[in-house]
Amino acid sequence: MNLGGSQVVNKQSMMPSSSGASWKSTVAGGSGGGGGGDGGVPDQFPAGLRVLVVDDDPTCLMILEKMLRNCNYEVTKCNRAEVALSFLRENKNGFDVVISDVHMPDMDGFKLLEHIGIEMDLPVIMMSADDSKSVVMKGVTHGACDYLIKPVRIEALRNIWQHVVRKRKHEWKDFEPSASADEQKPPEEPDYSSSANEGHNWKNTKRRKDEDDDGEDRDDSSSLKKPRVVWSVELHQQFVAAVNQLGIDKAVPKKILELMNVPGLTRENVASHLQKYRLYLRRLSGSQHPGGMSAGFMGGPDAGYGSISSLNGLDLQALAASGQLGQLPPQSLATLQAAALGRTTNSKSPISAPVIDQRNIFSFENPKSRYTEVQSQHLTSSSSSSKQMNLLPGIPTNMEPKQFVSLQHQSGQHSFGSINNQVLIQMGGQSQSQSQSNTIPHHGLRPPVLSSEMLTRGGVVDMATTVYNPVVSQASSLVDFSINHKNDSTGSSYPLGGSLGIPNLTSATPTPLQGDGNLDTKVPRRGIVSSYDIFNELNPSGIREWGLQDVGMTFDSAQHTMQGGSAPVLLQHNRSSEREMGGQNRNSTSGKAIFSPGVESGSHRNVGQHRNSYVGENSLRVKAEDGSSHNNTLYSEQYGDDLLAAILKQHHQQQQPPQGVGQAETEFGFDGYAMDNLPA
Amino acid sequence: MDRNQMQMHRQIANIRKSLFDQEYLDEQFIQLEELQDNSNPNFVEEVVTLFYRDSARFLYNLDQALEKRPLDFSKLDSLMHQFKGSSSSIGAKKVKIECTHFRDYCNARNAEGCKRTFQHVKKEYTTLKKKLEAYFQMSRQTGPVERACRPR
Repeated sequence: MNLGGSQVVNKQSMMPSSSGASWKSTVAGGSGGGGGGDGGVPDQFPAGLRVLVVDDDPTCLMILEKMLRNCNYEVTKCNRAEVALSFLRENKNGFDVVISDVHMPDMDGFKLLEHIGIEMDLPVIMMSADDSKSVVMKGVTHGACDYLIKPVRIEALRNIWQHVVRKRKHEWKDFEPSASADEQKPPEEPDYSSSANEGHNWKNTKRRKDEDDDGEDRDDSSSLKKPRVVWSVELHQQFVAAVNQLGIDKAVPKKILELMNVPGLTRENVASHLQKYRLYLRRLSGSQHPGGMSAGFMGGPDAGYGSISSLNGLDLQALAASGQLGQLPPQSLATLQAAALGRTTNSKSPISAPVIDQRNIFSFENPKSRYTEVQSQHLTSSSSSSKQMNLLPGIPTNMEPKQFVSLQHQSGQHSFGSINNQVLIQMGGQSQSQSQSNTIPHHGLRPPVLSSEMLTRGGVVDMATTVYNPVVSQASSLVDFSINHKNDSTGSSYPLGGSLGIPNLTSATPTPLQGDGNLDTKVPRRGIVSSYDIFNELNPSGIREWGLQDVGMTFDSAQHTMQGGSAPVLLQHNRSSEREMGGQNRNSTSGKAIFSPGVESGSHRNVGQHRNSYVGENSLRVKAEDGSSHNNTLYSEQYGDDLLAAILKQHHQQQQPPQGVGQAETEFGFDGYAMDNLPA
Repeated sequence: MDRNQMQMHRQIANIRKSLFDQEYLDEQFIQLEELQDNSNPNFVEEVVTLFYRDSARFLYNLDQALEKRPLDFSKLDSLMHQFKGSSSSIGAKKVKIECTHFRDYCNARNAEGCKRTFQHVKKEYTTLKKKLEAYFQMSRQTGPVERACRPR
């Protein structure tokens, strides 16, 4: 980026005028600068830092722009959140930090914050004239890295670069710069972006490596270089199932661990994941009102939850992809998604439950989605889901219909969401390569469903494991799918909280989700499961919700791609033909380890981090699945239509998802897909 | 510069100082002044002009909202919050203070208080606008204004 160089200067000259025009030009300049990273000389850091500032107040915007320019930053301003989001999506690596106002007419600043966190995982600084503690706290809980009180002084802006560095540092710290940076995105900009890429790349690669080698259960509290447990969708579903079985109140890590019976998983892993899950649930239940929660339990740090949802999404996507989406009836996709989202709320029927949830998810997310029939049901059913949908009301979903949006919500914005998003994205990305036009609009949504399906089927478990290990069955592929979305850079693509410990699990045989219904991970958005509410409460600030929302969002970008491509990607997974689906389908992005370690708690972070829009790659990775359990077969056999049909069938069969569970799922971020609601 | 100009500069400086002393402006205005440089020689004036334009809209909306019966306090609060943010960003101190009062009345759901305070807000706003316009005009006439210096 131009460090205070020409570009910056140019921008300045253009800027004095109205924000609208100026920022456009700035954007262009910025994009060029950002992308090209000309001069990205790290030494000059923080000069040249690429900042996107969003504020509906033109006076403030003008002042901020000038201030940032004076700090030698590259500024792009916008006065609308939706525009900012689309801008960010188009230039995945185009910015280093975002500054946003809290009160904006088209979208709540916190919503934007969530989206960005999930989709792009950029540091976001909130600002407002409101300095009340509650609002500041909200900023913190939503993951803002800083909160500035207006009027903002230039001194406060001078140091914003620290957030960029800090974030990057976190991203890298879990990975060892593994050699395999296969999917390294060629850093466009030598400076910041490249470092981000590298981080991502490393992450991805590490994730991949982790899958193979780690098996351990390291606490995701992250010590440097500690292999993180990646909570893949399957793993998460297992977790949720175990939690549901025990009862939210009685769910203690030790017992959960025993129930899950996943080799290599430690009590600590479960404990931290549980904490995130609780927070997520709490957020879900609380999100109804605030609407901030949207994003299912993405499992903040653990992203474990997210992984599940992502898996779901992935599944869906995979299904879609595989089935050449077009083939899949919308409903089936929705079902899949629901299933994916639901993640295993049904202990009884592994698939049915999730399916239902997924459906709900769908519905929540996009009331208008094509699968309205399915979704609408869910929508109505899950209030939370509706919430979700509203979550992104203002956002002109670039991505496909709200579905994605909802997915995102469901995916729980950050960690989870990221995964979901990833899923979605992947799907989208896949479409690109595949150029399959998936008829199913909700690609984003789909994947989650699929994943859930897979998960529920038992294949989900595999997914988790497969995430890192190619061996993992389809589930893993799905997971990848989601992960890829995100930013593809997260190699292991389970960014969303993929902390299902996939990597650890890898060593272990893919254990199909215990009790299909185990995938109770479906956290009902609406908190149907009161028990899950607890989780929400526990959710520490910043934990992204599981909701697929993020997925949706991210998916957005992917959508285009996904449409056609996603299906193929998924299919690939299922077919377990290619482990690295990512590589194949998505030529576009280097299949970063789909389940890159990013999935872990920081995963959502990672996920977001991959700004490299690695959409397709991750998803492809999922492919690894080899037949692990019936789930895999489920997918593999049915690829596409069959898959959907199978899922639907299962769904129907299992249609009795434990209500509570289903609801819980939504909390997770599967917005509203009440399992029950799913029409049998 | 000749004596006349020097006098003018002095005069402008005095005006400026009084604006701060009387709390029409605060520290934030100085921030704006500090941002002004060769690439943006009229930055402060541009920002303030933008503020006027924007404010006109806010004030109009507030006026409208205050006409409704019953009063929608949360909407009033929200509108005023934005206006307050805007005012504070240019350092319009008195205006900001009145805005805060307004919001307090809003929170207390005191309709009379709100309307009364709103009149104060408008009054302060208008006063500031006049003063600033005079200030800028004079500055333009005398040439580049001296750099921002903290009023003592």
